[in-house]
Amino acid sequence: MIPEHLRKAAQAWTDGAVRRATSKSPERSERFETASGRLVDRLYLPDEDQIIKYPDKLGFPGEYPFTRGVQTTMYRGRLWTMRQYAGFSTAEESNERYRYLLQQGSTGVSVAFDLPTQIGLDSDDDRCIGEVGKVGVAIDTLDDMERLFEGIPLDRVSTSMTINAPAAVLLAMYIAAAEKQGVSKDRLAGTIQNDVLKEYIARGTYIFPPPPSLRIVSDIFAYCMQEVPRWNTISISGYHIREAGATAVQEVAFTLADAICYIETALSAGLPIDQFAPRLTFFFAAHTDLLEEVAKFRAARRLYANLMRERFGAQDARSMMLRFHTQTGGVTLTAQQPDNNIVRVTIQALAAVFGGTQSLHTNSKDEALALPTEDAVTVALRTQQIIAYESGVTNTIDPLAGSFFVEKLTDQIEEEARAYIQEIDKMGGVVPAIERGYIQHEIEEAAYVYGRSIDDKRRVIVGVNDFTAEGEPDIDLFEVSEEVRARQIEKLNRVRERRNQAAVDEALRCLQEAAGDAKANLMPPILAAVHAYASIGEICGVLRRAFGEYEERYS
Amino acid sequence: MPKGRILIAKPGLDGHDRGAKYVAHLLRDAGYEVIYTGIRKTPEQIVSAAIQEDVQLIGLSLLSGAHNVLFRRVLALLSENHADDILVFGGGTIPSKDIAQLEAMGVKAVFTPGTSADSILDTVSRLLEKQPSVNLHE
Repeated sequence: MIPEHLRKAAQAWTDGAVRRATSKSPERSERFETASGRLVDRLYLPDEDQIIKYPDKLGFPGEYPFTRGVQTTMYRGRLWTMRQYAGFSTAEESNERYRYLLQQGSTGVSVAFDLPTQIGLDSDDDRCIGEVGKVGVAIDTLDDMERLFEGIPLDRVSTSMTINAPAAVLLAMYIAAAEKQGVSKDRLAGTIQNDVLKEYIARGTYIFPPPPSLRIVSDIFAYCMQEVPRWNTISISGYHIREAGATAVQEVAFTLADAICYIETALSAGLPIDQFAPRLTFFFAAHTDLLEEVAKFRAARRLYANLMRERFGAQDARSMMLRFHTQTGGVTLTAQQPDNNIVRVTIQALAAVFGGTQSLHTNSKDEALALPTEDAVTVALRTQQIIAYESGVTNTIDPLAGSFFVEKLTDQIEEEARAYIQEIDKMGGVVPAIERGYIQHEIEEAAYVYGRSIDDKRRVIVGVNDFTAEGEPDIDLFEVSEEVRARQIEKLNRVRERRNQAAVDEALRCLQEAAGDAKANLMPPILAAVHAYASIGEICGVLRRAFGEYEERYS
Repeated sequence: MPKGRILIAKPGLDGHDRGAKYVAHLLRDAGYEVIYTGIRKTPEQIVSAAIQEDVQLIGLSLLSGAHNVLFRRVLALLSENHADDILVFGGGTIPSKDIAQLEAMGVKAVFTPGTSADSILDTVSRLLEKQPSVNLHE
């Protein structure tokens, strides 16, 4: 509630000073909108609720509802993890990039896999022409995984792996590679993305239909609860939903709707909420509309805490904490005047930090054109370091709290995301909503509206539809050689010659048996197959035959 | 009467289809009949869909960097199937030095990030003018 005397004073200001000013010179636009198309008022006023309802709406850092952050001291205690997503070509070349980034002050590794790996295909599969080593590193067997982490101490470095449909296989390879370094699995720290629902919605690297996919996710939860207790078993991702065109509200709503589905799956598999929920993590995008993004992160935290406590009856505070990784918005980068992207990324990174992120990837200026060069990646990392050490925004917790505008936006985003979740609940949850194409359609529409606003110049993108410059940017681009596939196939063949084929056959047979038994956990047989140097294509092949493949329908 | 038939296709393993869907939507709104293949199609599937659907243009969208290999394969298959009257354009994260190479192999236009809707619509209508109005496969 806005106090009555203020409301009246504001009305008088609008009728008087504002009218006089705008009659002399009108405002730049009839409508002011956020990047997500939300109407923005000229001025926001203090709301008494922020004081009266402070404990429910804001609370203290590290306490329910976590609006102001999940840690008690936030960045005064420890900065966010600076984790640059990287990977290309072969394990050897990616290993070199990781070591470089760690030397430069990165504090965690984040692995990008190539598309064949993400879809569970070996590099020699016919469907992989042109794709091996392109958008990430090619991993066929444990042998590649060992090379990927050579010289990187897995007991000290935490690793995030962007892997979804075959997440169980890559996690097993990571565990096995760590064992070879003498690091036992209970000491491993890191994250697998393991969020297959958003693959159906927005990202496209699905393999199996939803039911067996959800079973694999829940098997990973159960296995890690016992065996890899420090591992974050999923990173429920709004990032790709946003990249596909969703608004800020849709990003929060669809991500939390996915979370609800994973939680319900785990609960129906008999896992107790407070045992698996503390290991769930999230991943969001940071776009350039600074204040809307800050509000989005705060709203997501409050909404999740509330869902976990009220809907799922979580008791452990850690189950209610929405911990998240942020990546600056790839889709906001422009191919034109690429240096401008450094500025966009800086604003976006600030949004993530004001929003209380736990880890951050900053994009490189050249990524609208190709994978980033080492120089571009270095500037991106330095951007985080400048924010962390020079800007001063890390000195106090949740510094934008109490901004009349940010608090209002936080309330609006939370409320609208909650309404979307109710809509999805009415459809029977996120899986039916995906199968009906509802979520995809909502995103596609939002993307179209946004795109048209750029096409007709209602929205200015500097260097693209205004302030343009003649000529192609002169910029060195990173290239992945077409020979990578041949080299990768050669390595795979060497592994196949060297390994004990009988052991591989036996491991795959056991996996097939486990796949047919809904009560069995798939992680142990996958781990055994990985140890025998079975390839990702062989392991996923067994699962493909057992579970079938998902086929998206288009209207 | 639609202005022309166009297949928008996603070759390879890349799942990023915001651009493909956007262009499909844009062309539909501009009066074309558009068929979208969905993601992860092989060049064989794309060419066979193009012939079956009797389209005049194929728009290939790819962001994974596999464009040189996959666009070439689509063009080769069109030619093998005596369907090279179907013209091909493309889009995605494609470095400028590859664009010349793609154009040399027969891709008629390449749209990179930031291309305006007007420029896409102009190019498409120009390509269709070059098309024989009677389809050769009937």
